[in-house]
Amino acid sequence: MASINIDNVQKAFGKVIAVDHLNLDIKDGEFFTFLGPSGCGKTTTLRMIAGFYYPTKGVVRFGDKDMTRVPPEKRNTGMVFQNYALFPHMTVFENVAFGLRVRKLGSKELNIKVKDVLQKVRLEQYADRQVSQLSGGQQQRVALARALVIEPEILLLDEPLSNLDAKLRDEMRNEILRLQKDYNITTIYVTHDQAEALSMSDRIAVFNFGVCHQVGTPSEIYNEPANDFVAGFIGEINLLPVKISRIEDENILVQVKNGESASELSVRNAPFNYNQENKGNLALSIRPESIKILEKEPEGKNTFKGMVEEVHFFGSLINVVVRAAGLKLQVNALNSGLSRNLQAGAEIWVELPEEQMRIIPVVTGDAS
Amino acid sequence: MIKNRDTRLTLLLLIPVLLVLIAYVLYPSLRTIMESLQKEGSMTFGNYSDFFTQESKTNLEALWNSVYISVLSVLVSALIGIPLAFIFNRYDFPGRGFFASAAIMPIVLPSLVGVMAFMFLYGETGLIPNAIKDLFGLDEVPFKIGGISGILIVHAYTMYVYFYMTVSSAINKIDPSLEEAAYNLGANRFKVFWKVTFPLLTPAIVAASLLVFMISMASFSAPFLLAGGFRVLSLQIYFSKINGDMEVAATQSVILSVVSISFLLFMRWYQNRKDYRMASKGIGAHRSEVNNPVLKWILVFTGIVGVIILLLPHFTILLLSLVPDGTWTWQTYPSVFNFENYRLLFQDPNIFKPLKNSLLLSVIATAGNLVFGVLASYVLVKRKFVGKSFVDILVMIPWALPATVIGMNLIFAFNEPTIFSFGNILVGTFWILPLAYFIRHIPLVVRSTNAVLEQLDDSIEEASRSLGAKWFYTFRKVILPIIMPGVLSGTLLAFVESVGEFPTSVLLYTLSNRPISIEIMNQLRMFNMGQAAAYGMIQITLIALVLFISNKFFGVKAEKSLS
Ligand SMILES: Nc1ncnc2c1ncn2[C@@H]1O[C@H](COP(=O)(O)OP(=O)(O)OP(=O)(O)O)[C@@H](O)[C@H]1O
Ligand SMILES: [Mg+2]
Repeated sequence: MASINIDNVQKAFGKVIAVDHLNLDIKDGEFFTFLGPSGCGKTTTLRMIAGFYYPTKGVVRFGDKDMTRVPPEKRNTGMVFQNYALFPHMTVFENVAFGLRVRKLGSKELNIKVKDVLQKVRLEQYADRQVSQLSGGQQQRVALARALVIEPEILLLDEPLSNLDAKLRDEMRNEILRLQKDYNITTIYVTHDQAEALSMSDRIAVFNFGVCHQVGTPSEIYNEPANDFVAGFIGEINLLPVKISRIEDENILVQVKNGESASELSVRNAPFNYNQENKGNLALSIRPESIKILEKEPEGKNTFKGMVEEVHFFGSLINVVVRAAGLKLQVNALNSGLSRNLQAGAEIWVELPEEQMRIIPVVTGDAS
Repeated sequence: MIKNRDTRLTLLLLIPVLLVLIAYVLYPSLRTIMESLQKEGSMTFGNYSDFFTQESKTNLEALWNSVYISVLSVLVSALIGIPLAFIFNRYDFPGRGFFASAAIMPIVLPSLVGVMAFMFLYGETGLIPNAIKDLFGLDEVPFKIGGISGILIVHAYTMYVYFYMTVSSAINKIDPSLEEAAYNLGANRFKVFWKVTFPLLTPAIVAASLLVFMISMASFSAPFLLAGGFRVLSLQIYFSKINGDMEVAATQSVILSVVSISFLLFMRWYQNRKDYRMASKGIGAHRSEVNNPVLKWILVFTGIVGVIILLLPHFTILLLSLVPDGTWTWQTYPSVFNFENYRLLFQDPNIFKPLKNSLLLSVIATAGNLVFGVLASYVLVKRKFVGKSFVDILVMIPWALPATVIGMNLIFAFNEPTIFSFGNILVGTFWILPLAYFIRHIPLVVRSTNAVLEQLDDSIEEASRSLGAKWFYTFRKVILPIIMPGVLSGTLLAFVESVGEFPTSVLLYTLSNRPISIEIMNQLRMFNMGQAAAYGMIQITLIALVLFISNKFFGVKAEKSLS
């Protein structure tokens, strides 16, 4: 087990800068996820930790040890590849035993360890199979077992589930989490599936174009996105470009661009609601489930009369598109009460609760 | 100090590869060029101007004949190979599978042995013309091959296979739905063929044409035995060398190489152009069954006749190998058959020696090919470095160079002490032949190894390293075992080709170290057909064995790497 410290790392391939100004502190035993769209530099970062790439600038440490230029075979990391990279000429047993053979383990101890890990991944009956005769999920588990059996300090997983079908993916998620807890091993998990990231991780780093935008627990990332990219990438969100009109002690009053002039919104002035780091363009974000739909005009601030434009049924959830104050709002309501009977064209009221809104900087350029 | 370990490793692997290529491919070629620029002790282009302005025009005539024969060979091979590819891959009729595999049989015939078989079959005293003569009571043989027609027939027989194989594989890659779409859009059969199918096959046909052209420019055995007074360039080089006109031989070599290499470059350029290969799903061979009974039986009958013609040379060699020497002199047909030739082959040390020599020479050369091929291919496929395409070209040069030229290059480079031969003169020693065979087969082994290495995902190597294995351990325990089948099938092929190698052998052999092909030539000169045929049978058996082993145990179509 080890903590990982990535200190101001940059990786350039020729002119392409794949990762820039990266600073991460990953704790001992943590399940840490790299999340981001394709081509954002997740794999590149992971491979710098594994030692397959050396950073152009910066330092990678495991604990206090500088690992920046240590070759992969001396890092004691276990890696699970997207395509599994099982050795096709070996059986399941030999694949798993490979790392132990390299470490010159006695055959007795080796047998015990391999049997043990195969049992943990529930493949003990398959030990003598050729790996080509296994299903996708089984191959995945062999890859995991092979990485775990060497008792690595760090487990690295690069989109390990992307080749599996939905049901198997669910099963394997639990399997990976169980093994990670069993071995209590520092784990870095790469994915572009946000649901996977939110449900599995202790903490998440969100990447875009080689830059890490935010590091935080799943609830921090979801509830307190650092900027409009993070807010937009994770879950659904209403993002409205805004200007601050004035700040009172308790509240910040903002004017929505393109909205009707009357639609001034009041946001509670608290750290949770206002990220002051950036002085550029601002956006107001509110999750669809935070917006309330009401039959009658309610008391209080930020209420507007609106009209239902579309209704989408998702089972437990109903997604409603509302036009109010010149704005198009996505609203998610539980499948109960009023929302059950909503029809397109219905007149309703919406309330945007002031403590559920957040003012964040615009970094992507398209929300201006 | 080089800071990056990986760069250091790449360099460590690259240096021996580069040294071998420079010492044994580049340097000898440069020596030949130097030699061609020497005339009466000074540096001039005199030899070249002689080549083109010589009064007797022998050289120009030879160059022209080479080109002429090559163009004709391309045409005739295409006319046989392309229709066959269509018939066997598009129509289903009884015996199709058997005919289709019999169609590649010319490949199991080493070139010298093949030419020999054609001489026995269709030459002046050949079995077929004489059989026809006797059958119809003619006064003279109705036909005989020799000179240009002989060369052309042998070329057509051996080279149509390249058209057959490349076009077959292109046909099988065409997504049937393309043609179906065209029919669906209202095109008739004729239109579909000329507007859809044929354009899709053009890349394969062009590639095969260039290949056949290069091979027939370089062809040596057929002109050697059949040319008579007819001059071709590859043979002229040999005559110049025999006559001691080394500067002329060098000039002829350079000119022949320039033609061949321009074709190689043209071919690479053509293949690198965007081709229309598409990744479409669910391609299935779609052969239409031939329902018309007349047509069906015509096809079957033609197939049977074709197979007989194709296998006649093999059968002739087998038959002749059973005729003891001295029992077939004045008679039209042999009358005594037994295993005397084979008995002598394994019991008479003098007759066994060439076989033993060839096997030993080939084992040495092939071992070198194996080690060098794996190393070079690994560096080329899996490592990054500047100047890769230069190394790539060096590797391919021995493939583009006619064998005769490679032989001449070695003579010019190693008839004097060099650092590359550790201060020894290699010409006239045992070592020159294994070196020649090694150089000849560098491209074959590197290419067949490239094919398997390209299939091997980089993550396999990375997985091993992240599990703690050092590079060398990874290479031995992971990479080598995975690529071994492909590598071995290429290497075995190089081995059998070395056993039969004639053009470089005839330029470089020493009296005490005669390989099998030289002995075949000697036996033919002494009219010991039987013994020559027995040597030939050994070679045919070896090649057939290797193709069989590759197919059966390694799952590799070894014959593919020949083209
Ligand atoms: N070996 C390389 N040479 C050149 N450019 C590279 C190399 N590897 C990655 N890149 C570039 O660096 C950027 C980041 O790539 P990376 O593979 O890290 O993305 P990723 O986040 O893992 O994406 P994905 O989800 O598609 O796997 C991309 O623009 C990619 O084109
Ligand atoms: Mg990736």
